[in-house]
Amino acid sequence: MAYSEKARESYRTELNGLRAAGLFKEERYIHAPQGAEIEVEFPVGSSTKKVINMCANNYLGLSSHPDVIKAAHEGLDYRGYGMSSVRFICGTQDTHRLLEKKLTEFLGTEDTLLFPSCMDANAGVFEAVLNEQDVMIADRLVHASIVDGMRLCKAMQDTYKHSDMAHLEEKLQEHQDKRHRMVITDGVFSMDGDLAKLDKIVDLAEKYDAMVFVDDSHASGFIGKTGRGTHEHCGVVGKIDIITTTLGKALGGASGGCVSGRAELVELCRQKARPYLFSNTVAPVIVAGAIKVLDLISKTTERRDKLEQNTIYWRKLLKDAGFDIKEGESPIVPVMLYNAKLAQDIARDLFAEGIYAVGFFFPVVPKGQARIRTQLSAAHEKHHLDRAIEAFTKVGKKYGILGLGKKEIIEKYGM
Amino acid sequence: MDDMTKIVLDYVKKEYLEEDDDRELNENTPLISGGIVDSFSMVSLKRFLEKKYNIQIPDADASPEAFDTVNSIVALVNRFLKK
Repeated sequence: MAYSEKARESYRTELNGLRAAGLFKEERYIHAPQGAEIEVEFPVGSSTKKVINMCANNYLGLSSHPDVIKAAHEGLDYRGYGMSSVRFICGTQDTHRLLEKKLTEFLGTEDTLLFPSCMDANAGVFEAVLNEQDVMIADRLVHASIVDGMRLCKAMQDTYKHSDMAHLEEKLQEHQDKRHRMVITDGVFSMDGDLAKLDKIVDLAEKYDAMVFVDDSHASGFIGKTGRGTHEHCGVVGKIDIITTTLGKALGGASGGCVSGRAELVELCRQKARPYLFSNTVAPVIVAGAIKVLDLISKTTERRDKLEQNTIYWRKLLKDAGFDIKEGESPIVPVMLYNAKLAQDIARDLFAEGIYAVGFFFPVVPKGQARIRTQLSAAHEKHHLDRAIEAFTKVGKKYGILGLGKKEIIEKYGM
Repeated sequence: MDDMTKIVLDYVKKEYLEEDDDRELNENTPLISGGIVDSFSMVSLKRFLEKKYNIQIPDADASPEAFDTVNSIVALVNRFLKK
């Protein structure tokens, strides 16, 4: 037998090690569509509990919107359930191309290519457009999917300290002997919620002849005055060479991703990117839903405006209550706790109070940087946030962390 | 502390520690296993050593173990300097 008792025991030991270190993640089962309020079964086997959801990427509240669901139903009838094909064989429908054109217009680029997910887009794009003569210079806090994609590429890898423009400039100067240079960053960083300084990055890229890549998954749909993304916020629409983003967060929340940018780079992905060549095409139902989402958010900014108001309100509530939060403007608001067990205990107690938020700890964030990452949605109403802060405050008082900063929380609970 | 140890330690502090990072760093601090340098960022350290000391470190020798402390890095560089 290939899977011997010895192998099984070795893996059991590894899993028990995670439990002992307080790093084991428990799944919760949600007995409802996604929304501001959901029914959750946790722990497994218990009866469900109605809770306020403070940790979804459902930024515009469109994941269960009736118009999006209706459009998805129509898409099933109009173009079927599955294509049973990768794109280049017989998996490209007219509707795929329509969605790509709408994304191109929305993001202000030259062309767009759909992928099964942004994880796949990031896995494929670097290898398709760069080779061993080139260099990738990435922010040290880029998303895991970008790290994986960079590992698959033969170009040299280098990094710069998070959002440190002086350090980035040093690296750009150092790599002038390469064929192409590509600066790589998230638009909004997923764990801290801060925004990349895209205007400064573009200036440096122009000065030192480098391309700019941005993963805008936590920005597309709501960052910037009309929700086009971090590039709109920073006034550099049309100057980003590659944008990758997801349809699995604000833009409907189902699945799918894309590479969008300079026509030649997108075409190279169409010709060479491995996830594009070897993974099934985006299902027709997803395409139909996403087209509807783009139509809805291109007509009006009311959803991203409401999200912005909710964000300002929630950040103020947390700060006034005495929580240590990462400053910023995005609807990602990390409540810093530093200790992994503390983060899990607080998340468990919040759940008992009717608030759903999970603890983030190693390896998702660095050791000693555990947090509860709260996320706002346009689906949140004021009463949701008022209820949430009541629960956070009660639990925060129980653990004696209100009014404490990083040093004091670590002194009390360790790292 | 000899010159090379100081040079490598200064480079590691400048390249990998943020301004507000008040962690103590000495020649025995675990860099990679301690989460200060990740495997991606190790590449710039390797490049610095090769350029500074005019050596070539084969990828097989540039392991996380060999790069885990300033002392182990200095030992690795000295090995290639003798060749």
